[in-house]
Amino acid sequence: MALSHLSSSSRSSTLLKPLTTSYLLRRPISTDSTPLTIETSVPFTSHQCEAPSRAVETSSKELLSFFRDMALMRRMEIAADSLYKAKLVRGFCHLYDGQEAVCIGMEAAITKKDAIITAYRDHCTFLGRGGTLLQVFSELMGRKDGCSKGKGGSMHFYKKDANFYGGHGIVGAQVPLGCGLAFAQKYSKDEAVTFALYGDGAANQGQLFEALNISALWDLPAILVCENNHYGMGTAEWRAAKSPSYYKRGDYVPGLKVDGMDALAVKQACKFAKEHALKNGPIILEMDTYRYHGHSMSDPGSTYRTRDEITGVRQERDPIERIRKLILSHDLATEKELKDIEKEMRKQVDDAIAQAKESPMPDPSELFSNVYVKGYGVEVIILSSYQLISILFFHDICYH
Amino acid sequence: MATGLTRFGRRMRWVPSVCNGRQFSTSFCDKDHNPPAKSFNLYTAINQALHIALETDSRAYVFGEDVGFGGVFRCTTGLADRFGKTRVFNTPLCEQGIVGFAIGLAAMGNRAIAEIQFADYIFPAFDQLVNEAAKFRYRSGNQFNCGGLTVRAPYGAVGHGALYHSQSPEAFFCHVPGLKVVIPRSPREAKGLLLSSIRDPNPVVFFEPKWLYRLSVEEVPEHDYMLPLSEAQVIREGSDITLVGWGAQLSIIEQACIDAEKEGISCELIDLKTLIPWDKETVEASVRKTGRLLISHEAPVTGGFGAEIAASIVERCFLRLEAPVARVCGLDTPFPLVFEPLYMPTKNKVLDSIKSTVNY
Ligand SMILES: Cc1ncc(C[n+]2csc(CCOP(=O)(O)OP(=O)(O)O)c2C)c(N)n1
Ligand SMILES: [Mg+2]
Repeated sequence: MALSHLSSSSRSSTLLKPLTTSYLLRRPISTDSTPLTIETSVPFTSHQCEAPSRAVETSSKELLSFFRDMALMRRMEIAADSLYKAKLVRGFCHLYDGQEAVCIGMEAAITKKDAIITAYRDHCTFLGRGGTLLQVFSELMGRKDGCSKGKGGSMHFYKKDANFYGGHGIVGAQVPLGCGLAFAQKYSKDEAVTFALYGDGAANQGQLFEALNISALWDLPAILVCENNHYGMGTAEWRAAKSPSYYKRGDYVPGLKVDGMDALAVKQACKFAKEHALKNGPIILEMDTYRYHGHSMSDPGSTYRTRDEITGVRQERDPIERIRKLILSHDLATEKELKDIEKEMRKQVDDAIAQAKESPMPDPSELFSNVYVKGYGVEVIILSSYQLISILFFHDICYH
Repeated sequence: MATGLTRFGRRMRWVPSVCNGRQFSTSFCDKDHNPPAKSFNLYTAINQALHIALETDSRAYVFGEDVGFGGVFRCTTGLADRFGKTRVFNTPLCEQGIVGFAIGLAAMGNRAIAEIQFADYIFPAFDQLVNEAAKFRYRSGNQFNCGGLTVRAPYGAVGHGALYHSQSPEAFFCHVPGLKVVIPRSPREAKGLLLSSIRDPNPVVFFEPKWLYRLSVEEVPEHDYMLPLSEAQVIREGSDITLVGWGAQLSIIEQACIDAEKEGISCELIDLKTLIPWDKETVEASVRKTGRLLISHEAPVTGGFGAEIAASIVERCFLRLEAPVARVCGLDTPFPLVFEPLYMPTKNKVLDSIKSTVNY
């Protein structure tokens, strides 16, 4: 690529340097889709494949939507934190703030025909697939309007119409499932792929290697995305993995290491991976990312890493700040306009929470539904007297 | 609404019960000689047991996910500092590997004490336990065994754990000859039973009631003691009905007992402690006396270990039974998110069932 000689390996200098001139005269706040080419923060590192170009095509419209979507996700996760602390959220809750660029960049490269399957850190992925804030907050609080009817909670978000196969609680288990999805896609020739996401901790589960072999053996359009946030709970990657080069761990499966804090790099990598997968079968994308929150709500997140480390990432690599700087340096919007967007996102979140709080609890009969298909299993629940009594009592405390 | 829910199922502090029924084989029940005992919670008692296990056997090892840092529930706090990183260490996130590794380590004559972070995550290791650990001795004609293996895992509800932090999978392992399954009800029990499990020459799966880790506090002798496996304990004597349980559920059953007694029903409460091989004699003797049996556990009722107890006791005491054996258990659903209070075998459910069994 002709532009590559412009690149420097330092993040900050390339970040602010416009690579094309089409940004000019974009005032006021720009929503146009004239192409704009921006270089990724750092080069891709590849394994058994040729890395895609660092020059990413985008537009003012896309950058602003990245900003808006990530600001919304950030706000949503912070609000989820408060709801949890106010004891309005039951179950375990894992937040995604810091990792937003992975979700946003991936969505920008694929369509809703492509499938996504992930672990329990699933709120933003759901939102990225077109889920609503009301569904998010209702599900978190176990209410009827939740995306899983209030039956799954934080770890179990799903969206069938957008091929989001959700939210899985057992570390690593979703990855072979993803291979099954990919096989079905290949079989029905619908030119779609599956992104199976997992963490650096999950990368050490045996299931991962089984999934890799299966998908390579049968050339499945499966993209294994390792969201390397460098910790599996309190365990730093190097303590758990002999080789923390997760993009290389497929051996015979090609891989690409991507700056997961750079939404544009993620987009480029996912586009590349999708093309590759449709033609040649599986590929691993290792997203170098970071979670700001602790592992889950019971983890303050500060015992196994230094405050400096967290602050350092926030200052140098924050995915939202990166896009903000790009927008400002390309003069696509003013600081004030971006602040207004953030304010608006905050309001949307607050409104959704208020609405979700009004959403009723699921009906107690939902305790028994969906265990089997009605009429095709043993879903005949003969309630003994104590069960009935407690259901009535439950009704009492929930509704009065 | 959320606060209303706490009316259900909240565990009380374990009320230490009289030391009647079967005698412990250890010194702390010996009334002439009372070694020092201070109050500790359950996770501290487990921690003490692990300290003692490592101290008294230089071939004992403790490992699991984040165990070197003390573990999610702090049970392994201080062990790595004290005994070094070669005996107490973190593993990668790979349950099947952890247990397989532990079996190999034990097969070389070591005591392998492996932690599975939550009982819900023991299933990737299910094959290793069922097919490797349990049958090693049998299929090698006693040449090899992994008797030094103990797998610890926190199990059960915590009030808000939802689908994957609440399950009680004990019955799956009770279907496996060659394994032992042990579940303590309180700190003192936990320490003595864990030490027995670690030193038992058979592989043991040791489930710890995570709801009680902090909540249950009682006097725990500070010295090294063991409580016998496969011996149930009558922790409350009574004449109208026998109630059997284990782990955290016992405190619920005991509360129901106390309420039932106010209504003139005399309950005999038995802590089974070891689920396999289980102490049929103690339960049988009690049912012969009371003529009625109720079993209560958190796991779903169908295929739960209560079913096995019911069948065995019906075989042994058929003519003595005055009512059908009652089971008050978890419902036949996945462990629910918001409906935990409905799912759980609460005190009121137990009480209700005691009454209907006695009035049958
Ligand atoms: C089989 C299994 N073992 C253990 C756990 C407990 N657990 C939940 S998340 C987690 C760490 C996973 O780390 P990683 O894969 O890096 O994902 P991250 O949380 O960083 O997104 C652990 C040990 C689990 N859910 N499932
Ligand atoms: Mg991680």
